[in-house]
Amino acid sequence: MDPVISVRDLWKVFGPNASQLVASDELKALSRQELMERTGSVAAVRGVDFDVAPGEMFVVMGLSGSGKSTLVRCLTRLVEPTAGTIMFEGENILEADPKRLRDLRRNKFSMVFQHFGLLPHRTVAENVGYGLEIRGVPRAKRGERSQEVIDLVGLSGNEKSYPDQLSGGMQQRVGLARALAGDPDVLFFDEPFSALDPLIRRDMQSEVIRLHREVGKTMVFITHDLSEALKLGDRILIMRDGQVVQVGTGDELVGAPADDYVRDFVRDVPKSHVLTLKWIMRPPRPDDELDGPELSPETVVREAVRSVLSADKPVKVVQNGELLGVVADEEILGVVAGEA
Amino acid sequence: MVAVAAPRQLPRVFQYRKSLIFAGIVLAWLVLWMVFRNVGTLALGAADLTPLHRWINDVNDAVGASRNSNPVFLYFFNEIRLVIDEFVTFIQALIAQPSFGRPVPVIGWLGVVAIAGFVSLAVAGWRIALLAVAGFVFLGLQGLWQESMDTLSLTLAAVVISLLVGIPLGIWAGLSDRANRILTPVLDFMQTMPTFVYLAPLTLFFLIGPASATIATLIYAAPPAIRITAHAIRSVPRNTVEASESLGATRNQTLVKVLLPSARKTIVLGINQTIMAALAMVTIAALIDAPGLGKTVVKALQTLDVGTAFNAGLAIVVLAIVLDRVTTAAASERRTLPRWALFGGLGITGVCVYLSYTYLWAAEFQSDVGAGSAISKGATAVTEWAQDSLPVITDGFKDFVTLALINPLQALLAESPWFLVALVIVALSFMIGGVRSAIVSAVCVGLLIATGLWQDSMITLASTLVATIMVMALGIVVGVWMGRSRRADRFIRPVLDAAQVMPAFVYLVPFLALFSASRFTAIIAAVVFAAPVAIKIIADGIRAVSPATVEASTALGSSSWQTIVKVQLPMARGALTLAANQGLIYVLSMVVVGGLVGAGALGYDVVAGFSQGQLYGKGLAAGVAIVVLGVMLDRLTQAAAKRWTN
Repeated sequence: MDPVISVRDLWKVFGPNASQLVASDELKALSRQELMERTGSVAAVRGVDFDVAPGEMFVVMGLSGSGKSTLVRCLTRLVEPTAGTIMFEGENILEADPKRLRDLRRNKFSMVFQHFGLLPHRTVAENVGYGLEIRGVPRAKRGERSQEVIDLVGLSGNEKSYPDQLSGGMQQRVGLARALAGDPDVLFFDEPFSALDPLIRRDMQSEVIRLHREVGKTMVFITHDLSEALKLGDRILIMRDGQVVQVGTGDELVGAPADDYVRDFVRDVPKSHVLTLKWIMRPPRPDDELDGPELSPETVVREAVRSVLSADKPVKVVQNGELLGVVADEEILGVVAGEA
Repeated sequence: MVAVAAPRQLPRVFQYRKSLIFAGIVLAWLVLWMVFRNVGTLALGAADLTPLHRWINDVNDAVGASRNSNPVFLYFFNEIRLVIDEFVTFIQALIAQPSFGRPVPVIGWLGVVAIAGFVSLAVAGWRIALLAVAGFVFLGLQGLWQESMDTLSLTLAAVVISLLVGIPLGIWAGLSDRANRILTPVLDFMQTMPTFVYLAPLTLFFLIGPASATIATLIYAAPPAIRITAHAIRSVPRNTVEASESLGATRNQTLVKVLLPSARKTIVLGINQTIMAALAMVTIAALIDAPGLGKTVVKALQTLDVGTAFNAGLAIVVLAIVLDRVTTAAASERRTLPRWALFGGLGITGVCVYLSYTYLWAAEFQSDVGAGSAISKGATAVTEWAQDSLPVITDGFKDFVTLALINPLQALLAESPWFLVALVIVALSFMIGGVRSAIVSAVCVGLLIATGLWQDSMITLASTLVATIMVMALGIVVGVWMGRSRRADRFIRPVLDAAQVMPAFVYLVPFLALFSASRFTAIIAAVVFAAPVAIKIIADGIRAVSPATVEASTALGSSSWQTIVKVQLPMARGALTLAANQGLIYVLSMVVVGGLVGAGALGYDVVAGFSQGQLYGKGLAAGVAIVVLGVMLDRLTQAAAKRWTN
């Protein structure tokens, strides 16, 4: 399947002469620090490549200052990228004129913000309908559609409230509804839950997972929270100093970190929740009895613990009838004990 | 130990030396003053003129002669004057002056009261509407209906034009960084300039009368509208704007649907500031023959008729309170009037307007109720009583300040040779702000000499400094108290807010009653005018000192006094210098008003220039001298602030 978004060699440099800067291979090779010292410019995004598949939940994770918020703003050109290409459904967004860009923003993608960005002088319903209003959708139709998404995000009954009368979690539901109202192809989330309490954050994460399942939209989700990334992401891109460190599924990041930075990051992740059997299985030894139970290599360790420990023979990891390896008590215990 | 101690001692030695130099300068000044006393003071008699003043008179005459022939006047200034005059006359015809061949204005008192009540009801709720109705009726009972309506007309005209100009400019400055960079210094200058100074040059171009008054008011009242609108637009959260952009809004959509509605409250506050500034200036513009309450006050002040001045001053206060309350309430809440109240109110207002158009009783306020004469008689009685029975206190205080502060300072500044004072000013400026400040001060001193009003400037400077010292003393005492006690803050702040709303004029009246016409009266009025702003700045500065630091100081066993002196005041020194700066500017802007009650010097020169043709040039030069003093003191305090806070 063709990717919805395809980003190639994307650069964003803040500061004087940014465009000349990215034309120079020598300067591009410098680290962020060196570039800052040499030219006084800050390279927020440095040569980033990635693809997002249709319907995928793609998470970009990095610490503050890693350039992830700038990256997501580049994708909708809220921040103008300095160089590179962003193909969106086969069209290079960087070549869109202001009118086309507005069309794209009105119809194709929308964004949910960290600090909500709601209009304080409008009710919930009016906030949700704002995007439709600026497209010129007639009032009656707007009200209908707003009501649909308000119900969808669980805000029914609050249509007439003003944002300052709602809790943070409720406010972000309004932001979510506003983004959904235009029925976009892609939703961008810029650290939407960072400002929320942990409990509410968990609710909202489940909400997003539910919505993702129900509406099936492509989503690009920015976060600084690894557990959030692992919980939500089909694939995760880890950013550091404006560059991509690693792209992969959660178990790939935990099982095969690309470098010490990622390894350090995932150290405290409960591995049994993330790793699948394929990461811990070993080739069968001659003395193994190979008539035990079978499990798929995609089974998460946590879910395999009971079957492995209760079986008196090693568990076979089998895919399409082919034996890939075995998992016995010691492998399981190695993972579970390593977390203590 | 030595290595650690050495760098810490260096600045202290340096400071010590600095205060030594400072003391040396003052000492040398004193010695030379005794030697050269009354030599080279550049004194100028009250009726004497310099060639510059005569030249300005000639220019004035020439302008007057060519007013109807010179194309610049014919097609520019006269046109502006006509348009504004027409506009003001139109509003006056509606509510204030007999018009369209009728013996009364189009809308009589009943109609105006009804409209005021309805508008207040719509934007501010029924309590405020009641206040507005009561206030307006009171104006009529005072026997000052027509004067009040003249003042209101001029204020409204100036406010409408201010907002027509100010809000678009403010939006522009809010959206564009470049516009903001261009406008900010211009606005700074307009606001630092003492209020009354541009009255004289305006009369040169627009004659005396409502047009000049409106334009003067415009200059004074538009900056807050521009500034606050720009600020309001700028403080809409970035991510709200971003959210709108991300949904594909055009610039105009974002402006109309996001920026303006989000900024609405703040912009209404700006309108409030504009209205209050306009009212203050319209009353002052009585000096250039603007009709209304201000004129009544000025006439009464000139004949020292405290009773009448008090009555008219009270009317100004009532008008100020009503306008302030209505606009403040409009800014503070979302309000939608129920439909029945809206249409009911409209209907009643319509009926009242019709009655006031048709029947004399509803058109002309029956002033035989006579609350006004009772008020002025009462005020006169209180004044006489105060002057008879309080002289021990009032005269004692007055004499003490005059002898201990005003006289010595004035003698030192005004009786020293000009070159000595100039040298001292430049030397002190150098110590405070380095070469740049010294150059600015030198240029200002040169300009003061060029105006031909050196000695008057020095006398005014002395009064200004005394007033500022008193403002700061008051500011520190009350400000620290408010900064440390929430309760004090809660009680005092509304009083200060109210005091800031009052037009400057009004302050003169009670002090004139207590202290009669003198330098001292003008100084006290200036102090009272400038103190609220200084107190507020200092209170906010003290409050902003980190509570953790204060707590730490208390934990170390500091007494309250030690905490104030060693922690809170030093940490609030930015606020202190800002308060001094603002205090100075406010005091200076009262110099001209002070001229009305015997302040003498520059203030008197300006006032005399308005009333006597042959002193026009001198008055204009005095205005320039006030501006120059203002610029010099402003630059110096800002340099001091910069040095001190770093």
